[in-house]
Amino acid sequence: MKFTITFLVSSALSLAGSIGFANEEGMADSMTVVSWGGAYQKSQQRAYSEPYAAKHDGLTVIWDESSAEAVAKLRAMNEAGNVTWDLVDAVAADAIRLCDEGLAMEINHDEMLAPGDDGSTATEDFGDLLVSDCFIPQIVYSTTFGYRTDLVGNTPPENVCAIFDLETYPGKRSLEKRPVNNMEWALLCDGVEKDNLYDVLATEEGQNQALAKLDTIKDNVVWWSAGADTPQLLADGEVVIGSTYNGRLFSVIEEQGQPVSMLWDAQVFDLDGWIIPTGLPEDRRARVVDFLRFATDTQRLADQAKFISYGPARASSAPLIGKHADLGIEMAPHMPTDPANAKNTILFNYEFWADYRDDIDAKFQAWLAR
Amino acid sequence: MGALTPVKRANPIFCVSVVALFGAVIGLFFGIAQNQGLLGLIFGTFLSGAVAYGCTRMKKEKTARWGLVIVSTLFGFYWNGFTGLIISVILAFLFGWLIFWLFESRYRMRLASYLTPIQVLWHYTFLVICGFVFFFLITPIIVVMPLSFNAQDFFTFTPEMLQLQPEGYSLKHYKDFFISDDWRQALRNSFLIAPMATVLSVGFGTLAAIGLSQPHVPAKRIITAILISPMIVPLIISAAGMYFFYSRVGLQGTYWGVVLAHAALGIPFVIITVTATLVGFDQSLTRAAASMGASPVITFFRVQMPLILPGVISGGLFAFITSFDEVVVVLFVGSVGQQTLPWQMFTGLREQISPTILAVATILVIISILLLSTVEMLRRRSERLRGMTPG
Repeated sequence: MKFTITFLVSSALSLAGSIGFANEEGMADSMTVVSWGGAYQKSQQRAYSEPYAAKHDGLTVIWDESSAEAVAKLRAMNEAGNVTWDLVDAVAADAIRLCDEGLAMEINHDEMLAPGDDGSTATEDFGDLLVSDCFIPQIVYSTTFGYRTDLVGNTPPENVCAIFDLETYPGKRSLEKRPVNNMEWALLCDGVEKDNLYDVLATEEGQNQALAKLDTIKDNVVWWSAGADTPQLLADGEVVIGSTYNGRLFSVIEEQGQPVSMLWDAQVFDLDGWIIPTGLPEDRRARVVDFLRFATDTQRLADQAKFISYGPARASSAPLIGKHADLGIEMAPHMPTDPANAKNTILFNYEFWADYRDDIDAKFQAWLAR
Repeated sequence: MGALTPVKRANPIFCVSVVALFGAVIGLFFGIAQNQGLLGLIFGTFLSGAVAYGCTRMKKEKTARWGLVIVSTLFGFYWNGFTGLIISVILAFLFGWLIFWLFESRYRMRLASYLTPIQVLWHYTFLVICGFVFFFLITPIIVVMPLSFNAQDFFTFTPEMLQLQPEGYSLKHYKDFFISDDWRQALRNSFLIAPMATVLSVGFGTLAAIGLSQPHVPAKRIITAILISPMIVPLIISAAGMYFFYSRVGLQGTYWGVVLAHAALGIPFVIITVTATLVGFDQSLTRAAASMGASPVITFFRVQMPLILPGVISGGLFAFITSFDEVVVVLFVGSVGQQTLPWQMFTGLREQISPTILAVATILVIISILLLSTVEMLRRRSERLRGMTPG
């Protein structure tokens, strides 16, 4: 008898609960989130959407692995008048582009996002990382180098200019098949001061100088275009040293146990975060805004670092970074933003590359084909 | 198979020099692997030349060949353990056969005795060229298979794998394929979409082919060209067009949208194969059926269909493979809910180079082989039953 009552009460409660949540203040009960797939998307699912779904019964979160084509697909969806995405993960450069084209919604950061748990407002907490009005930063990642510890002898590289040193480090190196980052490193190793990098790169002579420096190693470069390429090349021993995203290198070193080590010198910081497409119906937008407020608060951003080695975008999240959820190692020393790793860094210059990208791209491609 | 030409032992110089040439190529191959091409070349030439000369001095062929195998087994094991043993046994059998094949002039045995040496040479050159074509077509597929048993998460032959140690191999990528939700969902979607698209293409394609084979259809060529166009227009253009059209009519991102798109891609294959079989179909048979009172529908199912069935089946098979392998159109027309196997492989390859893709590739290759051989067997059986081919 008692059991029956408990059963009835609990089922009545859960029924009431599910009805209550599904209609919660006119929010849609399904949400399509677009991200990059792989380990990165896993970390977002575990840190953001699973805890959120646990609080909101009856909500389905659908993940689409299309961030690589986000700009093109959003344009097409807009033209066809059929936007099926609710929330899109994009790198800052793409977010700026989408914002300029009016494909991403403008965000009032202080109003829509939770304040930091140290009392700061959202604007103060994210600080310089709010590079666009439509962009909500999520992580700081860096493009940096990994090298084979067994192929560099007794002199492991400590300086980014090791990539241009064919005598000490003979063999192939892998670089991304685009001018961004490579031009900066080339000038840096050709004696240009870090503060003057972009002044020099803006000139014709500066661009030629960078290409001339890259020319010295051109025959020894394997060009990559997907983030997974360099880890594969390093694991094969095909290259001695190669650039890729720091999270990929973390996985090669700590999870796969390959004989590879990090070279943090002159790492280039870049941002990844969320944008909301324009033209969403009211209920879907309400759901996304509610999710975003939860997913970008101090604790959630710190939680993501338990699953992948990218630095949280909020300053207030840094002290909360703990251990890796599966490996149990302390994550703070693996963050690109850790003081020991961030002695010499470059921040991706969005303005410069927005202005010069097409120009320098054409030159770089012509140089590659030569 | 009797010999066409009697054979006898030839001058050993010819045999020794050809074997030495082969040895040089193989030596060069091993030499390059150790970064010492020239040394390998010289070593291979002299070693194989010496072995060939030694063999030609032996009275009994059997003794010579087994002796060669035993000696090289010992040597190979000493050189590189178990892997070395396998490689040298294979090489020993190969060279043993080659030496006596050349020495005893067996290569002339199967050929007519009036052929000149140049014609004999051309005969074997031709076979070697054919062999190379097969080699280059098949090697990329074969190489993938052992890699899919890799114990690591990279596309790399690890030292453990090359030494054939069991810890270098694992089934974990197969396990990943069968356990992971993403892959299972993709497999399910593929098997939901491909058969439905095949049914539609076969239905429409067969009807179109029969209609177009009637003599009185106007503007036949233009209609055919339009129906065949999905096969000729670049896929990306069809895909973009379908995307915009389907978005307007609300089919984009739905199951039926993908099925219809794939059916459109499959129809040309069905039309072409069925039209080809209809060429050999005697139209007077339908008139005969009609004269006996059969309606057109009954005539079709009882008379025409059984005769053109081989064409319909092979067209359907092509339509199925087209849908099953297709990635461009589904990327546009589908949404996450219709993620098929090729799409999942495509994103997997871009995001992380995981050997799970190789495991899937291996499984797909095996499925394709089974599918094609089943159809081929059925086709042969039906031809045999109808007495179209002897035996």
